[in-house]
Amino acid sequence: MKVTFKIWRQESPDAKGTFRAYQVDDLTEDMSFLEALDHLNELLVLKGEEVIAYEYDCREGICGQCGVFINGRAHGPHNNMTTCQLHMRSFKDGDTIVVEPWRAASFPIIKDLIVDRCAFDRIIEKGAYISAKTGTAPEANAIPIPKSVADAAMDTAACIGCGACVATCKNSSAALFTAAKINHLNKLPQGKAEQHQRVKEMTWQMHEEGFGSCTFTGACEVECPEEISITNIAEMNARFIKSKIFG
Amino acid sequence: MKLDSKIPAGRLEEKWRNYQLKSQLINPANKKKLNVIVVGSGLSGAGAASTLAELGYDVQCFCYQDSARRAHSVAAQGGINAAKNYQHDGDSVYRMFYDTLKGGDFRSREANVYRLAELSAPLIDHFVQQGVPFAREYGGVLVNRSFGGVQVQRTFYARGQTGQQLLLAAYSQLYKMIRAKKVKMFPRSEMMDLVVIDGKAKGIIVRDLVTGELKRYAADAVVLATGGYSRVFRLSTLAIGCNGSAIWKAHKRGAYFAAPSFTQIHPTALPQSSEAQSKLTLMSESLRNDGRIWVPSQKDDTRKANDIPEEERDYYLERRYPSFGNLAPRDIASRAAKERIDAGYGVGRLKNAVYLDFKHAIERLGLDTIKDRYGNLFNMYMKITGIDAYKEPMQISPAAHFSMGGLWVDYELMTTIPGLYAVGECNFSDHGANRLGANSLLQASVDGYFILPNTINNYLASTLQDQHADINHPAFDKVENEVSAHLQRIINVDGTKTVDHYHRELGKIMWNECAMSRNKVGLEDAINKIIKLKEEFWNDVKITGSVSGLNTELEKAYRLADFIEMGILMCADALQREESCGAHFREEYQTDEGEAVRVDDQYSFVSAWDYNNGDFKLFKEQLEFENVQPTVRSYK
Repeated sequence: MKVTFKIWRQESPDAKGTFRAYQVDDLTEDMSFLEALDHLNELLVLKGEEVIAYEYDCREGICGQCGVFINGRAHGPHNNMTTCQLHMRSFKDGDTIVVEPWRAASFPIIKDLIVDRCAFDRIIEKGAYISAKTGTAPEANAIPIPKSVADAAMDTAACIGCGACVATCKNSSAALFTAAKINHLNKLPQGKAEQHQRVKEMTWQMHEEGFGSCTFTGACEVECPEEISITNIAEMNARFIKSKIFG
Repeated sequence: MKLDSKIPAGRLEEKWRNYQLKSQLINPANKKKLNVIVVGSGLSGAGAASTLAELGYDVQCFCYQDSARRAHSVAAQGGINAAKNYQHDGDSVYRMFYDTLKGGDFRSREANVYRLAELSAPLIDHFVQQGVPFAREYGGVLVNRSFGGVQVQRTFYARGQTGQQLLLAAYSQLYKMIRAKKVKMFPRSEMMDLVVIDGKAKGIIVRDLVTGELKRYAADAVVLATGGYSRVFRLSTLAIGCNGSAIWKAHKRGAYFAAPSFTQIHPTALPQSSEAQSKLTLMSESLRNDGRIWVPSQKDDTRKANDIPEEERDYYLERRYPSFGNLAPRDIASRAAKERIDAGYGVGRLKNAVYLDFKHAIERLGLDTIKDRYGNLFNMYMKITGIDAYKEPMQISPAAHFSMGGLWVDYELMTTIPGLYAVGECNFSDHGANRLGANSLLQASVDGYFILPNTINNYLASTLQDQHADINHPAFDKVENEVSAHLQRIINVDGTKTVDHYHRELGKIMWNECAMSRNKVGLEDAINKIIKLKEEFWNDVKITGSVSGLNTELEKAYRLADFIEMGILMCADALQREESCGAHFREEYQTDEGEAVRVDDQYSFVSAWDYNNGDFKLFKEQLEFENVQPTVRSYK
């Protein structure tokens, strides 16, 4: 199949970026979207041009490192899928495919389609852990955790940290990412001791990083590859109020 | 050099305790004066970095990804083993030890394997404490399932995302210690070489992947936690960035490389569908708990899977291995699939797959139970192939996966370079010639959290009187200059073929001659081909851009340059081992039924290779079996 990629090229964080068009003729439907870009890059090398910089690692939808805007949607045309899981069979012969990096002030562009998502790590740093040292653990079955609680914790713990929620949000809010982590730990008995401090400090850091506020448009849960529900944001807000009263 | 494995004295059950009783301690005031470099932030790296920091050491941790949370431990799906005996099905530390030793076809050390089994139960306690949402029964206790090569249920899991959940727990603990200012984290930073001063590992040269700058870091000890090297096959279940460069550079600086040819081919990955393919997605082994593997009993059957009646299906694993059936270990299941595919019974467009069928499981347990157990795997299958596996069987195929081989380490996880440690998949320690499912997360975690933090002090205590290494030492100048020249040399080739071209070529050679089935002629031929490929690469590779700045082609190129050299050693290792054991199957050594024939009287050793300026030299660590008599490994 033949497609035209219109790709954002930007040399460095401060350089001015621009779209450039690349026509590729010999793609097949069973190629993944990233394999199509790999192929384009090989063609560029052979022509002596610098390759397009984009990110990926596991290529099976779990590491969260890939992630670009494709035709105006985070991770491409499907709901709840990562960029690496997208295949060319989702496009038609002759299509023009517009590819941009995540656009959010808190995710500065490093080069072309690569952005810096360290802001997420700094939110994690502010309390997404249980302060217990290696070697101090009691017997695993000592505290029973009902299946419903463990399952609900797992639903939000599944977040892969790709940043699609931020990129797709008109406010560039990181509320879904932050809520997912807070709710995972605060639901579990192990996380209770630090629950109030956790919600206060992590949400504070979210604002410090310049992420916008949530206005419940629901855009994030449509793109989230792990289908994390927007109700988590409401739950985080409730936990935040609770921390003001009991914390 | 004589290889001293430093196995402690005493009965098997007492060795680790004896070791701890005798190892040296360092007082807290001195610990904070010592610093340790950890390269890699996966389960073993993040586990080691956070635990060493909790103990009081200053830690610097490096990863090539944009965040520690991306490390490839994240992709392990099915679970982690532990001898908890929660299912009351007769499990014990000893049984787990025996299963692992047998699973590895008696090519690993008894003492290491026993310690792995012994520390598995406290590890589950640790992860539960750290907030890992393991699967639970309605009453709130932990659930288990089975994995290949085992007849008890000892695998703990968090849906099909166990690796992700364990990694995120380790990452969280790491960030806790970053906040405490005991760990300094360097993402997008790749180790380019090791600096050895007076025979001891004292630092590393790192490339900043954003600016391209080379930087120097010094420490009192260096820990490599850089994962596996199966990307040497190019098509593998590993992340695209996974590479063997850190351990290869350490090998070239004097660390022995053990059993490089022991690499595992996983039986249940998605088949290759095109030449452009970059990755083979893994489908968790846990699926074999309920899924049944089959091929049509007629050759070149073109009917759809659901149209083939029951009596015309060959459930070949159940037929050949009745007592383990679909849960035969990976090496055996992969070879059995290859045998059927090669014989012309393969399915799918390219006839390179077999079926993994859930029809009977859904009839027996109901759709909801199957969805609860494997829902995310079925979704993943749907996303990648566009096929609904609840309605028709999955198509799966063997793919390069785990590397049992790695840097040779002693009982303390120290390599042959004093002060250089290797933890997790990048070492050769516990899995012998074949790793059992769900033992990978276990080994990575146990190495990082429990073993290294208890052994590194034995070395560091002896360095307290030494001067701290200085990045202005001439050894740093020398190594940095060598790295710089190496990178420039790659850029300067300016040939006509891409890096991916050479990687595909290397992958083909390795997959054809040094994967599931090997023979003397093929291996000798492979070595010659790789030597030729190396020459071509250095004369005709083309990379655009420069050494400075972010250059993803350059990264691929220098990693591939190391893989090419490593490929030669892997083939040389497979060539010298004239027997079949575990994942290493030499066609010359098999029974009439196609089962492996081990040659214990000659090959009951761990091969450990000295780089020796490229003229690899073999050393042998003889394996002593005091508690278990190696037997024919049968799963029939």
